[in-house]
Amino acid sequence: MIENKSAASKIRCFIIYFVILLLAFVCLVPLWNIVCISFSSSAAVAGNRVGMRPVQFTLGAYEKIIGDSQFWRSFGISVARVIIALALNLLLILLMAYPLSKSRREFRARNIYMYLLIFAMLFNGGMIPTYLVVKELGLLNSIWALILPGAVPVFSVIMVMNFFIGIPKSLEEAAIIDGATPFQVLTRVFIPCAKPSIATVALFSIVGNWNDFYSGLIYMTKIKNYPVMTYIQSLSVNLEELIKAGGSANALANAAEVSNQNLNAAKIVVAVIPLLLIYPLLQKYLITGIVMGSVKE
Amino acid sequence: MKKRNMLKSKRRQSELSYHAMMLPGMIFLLIFSYIPMFGLVMAFQDFVPAKGILGSHWAGWKHFKYMIALPDIRLLVRNTVVIALGKIIIGTAMAILFAILLNEIKNRLLKKSVQTIVYLPHFLSWVVLASVVVNFFNLDGSVNQLLAGLGFEKLNFLGSNRLFQPLLIGTDVWKEFGYNSIVYLAAITAIDPGLHEAAAIDGASWRKRVWHITLPGMMPIILLMAAMNLSSILSAGFDQVYNLYSPMVYETGDILDTYVYRMGLISRQYSFGTAVGLLKSIIGMALMLGSNGLARKFADRKIF
Repeated sequence: MIENKSAASKIRCFIIYFVILLLAFVCLVPLWNIVCISFSSSAAVAGNRVGMRPVQFTLGAYEKIIGDSQFWRSFGISVARVIIALALNLLLILLMAYPLSKSRREFRARNIYMYLLIFAMLFNGGMIPTYLVVKELGLLNSIWALILPGAVPVFSVIMVMNFFIGIPKSLEEAAIIDGATPFQVLTRVFIPCAKPSIATVALFSIVGNWNDFYSGLIYMTKIKNYPVMTYIQSLSVNLEELIKAGGSANALANAAEVSNQNLNAAKIVVAVIPLLLIYPLLQKYLITGIVMGSVKE
Repeated sequence: MKKRNMLKSKRRQSELSYHAMMLPGMIFLLIFSYIPMFGLVMAFQDFVPAKGILGSHWAGWKHFKYMIALPDIRLLVRNTVVIALGKIIIGTAMAILFAILLNEIKNRLLKKSVQTIVYLPHFLSWVVLASVVVNFFNLDGSVNQLLAGLGFEKLNFLGSNRLFQPLLIGTDVWKEFGYNSIVYLAAITAIDPGLHEAAAIDGASWRKRVWHITLPGMMPIILLMAAMNLSSILSAGFDQVYNLYSPMVYETGDILDTYVYRMGLISRQYSFGTAVGLLKSIIGMALMLGSNGLARKFADRKIF
């Protein structure tokens, strides 16, 4: 009887391990395949011979990228955008979260501001009116069009505000008795206490700005101003042509873009590297972020 | 008396600093959130960019009437809701299942490695993942090579109206199930292990324990997430669809957001595009309010 039970649990254990490893495998393989393509020769890629290992290993694609000025220009635009947007987002998030964490007795207009923020999160003018505002401000083709419309991430403000509310009142009172101004209370007491939540919203900002291709698509009319994701998007194989070509290897090889498949793969790999560099941090903080996301009443 | 006045003036002073702190953010909100809301009146005009909002002619409900009469709209709404619901339902089920299975893995190193891998796609842009998906699912891609190897016919995933919606739903579930499982895993860890031990001693099998202890224990979180997901029912994922669709699959793949983009910013039908967008915004707001109400009711939590 007992032996039977342990045999059954062994089988169960085996099945669970198998399913979990299979899922991890399914998540990794398509990404790994792109890496392998970037290190393979164009002929091998066009012949669909690349699987889990580079075929006819070459660094040719990466050598080509080094000389590709548009790629680096777009890469640079994205780096600059992430840095400026991060600074601006954090500044505005912290400045707004602190007064909003006050009670209505301490800050009488608190709820009015709160309603304005929540309404901006609930309802928006949509794509076209926002586009026209950006256009009227003369921001088309400027890096600021990528940064300013997202300057106040309302969700992040609310997250940090909730964290601030949880900080013991006595800390703030002690600082005020020592003569600290509200601004000093924010910088000397609240910000040092709220490091994990600040890290979380900072990472939200970095990932969101790096991955966004949409702003570049609608606000940039010239390719030379594209951020890196919009640039990569503009390179991708024209799907319709790919499908119409029937997808046969010969027809595909004739399409000019396809011979660039390994080059495009290499560009994708390079564009993802910055995210991989901060991935350990992402894993550490975004989990706390999700847990903080919804607030117990 | 004097002391009280002093306190009061001090409070006034801090309030003034609070207003000053709010100011920069509020200016950005005014320019990039509130002014575009006034721009929505375009939906009731025949907007001409050269004349501006003040100079354009009023058109009343014309664009809305046109929209409702348009057969495309019903198709768009149906596509949007079907794709979004498919992602929510299958995605949630996958995330819950994965969390339950992962919780059984006792080897810490293996658990951590698996988590590292399955969370990764969530952080990658659809621009990147679309290349990955196209690479795998085109007629010569690995999936079709596998199908051919097994003696099946090749499938045109990206060009067939029958297969495009399952492709969108499947690849989105693939991207997000790991990340979505985080909350469920946290919920499982919070369940009292004593319950499992007691049930095991009473002879309950693993499957029974999952069904009668783990799942009910996760229920508040499942309901909360379901309520939160409700608000995204009209957003089927612009980034994903835009990067994967083509005119061949407009019939099943076109969603409200991609349609507004094409109408408004490509065809320059500003007023009509805005009318469609306005309708989406209003329904979206109602859904958000509804889901917040549900979250309060079921899980004693709120989103905002």
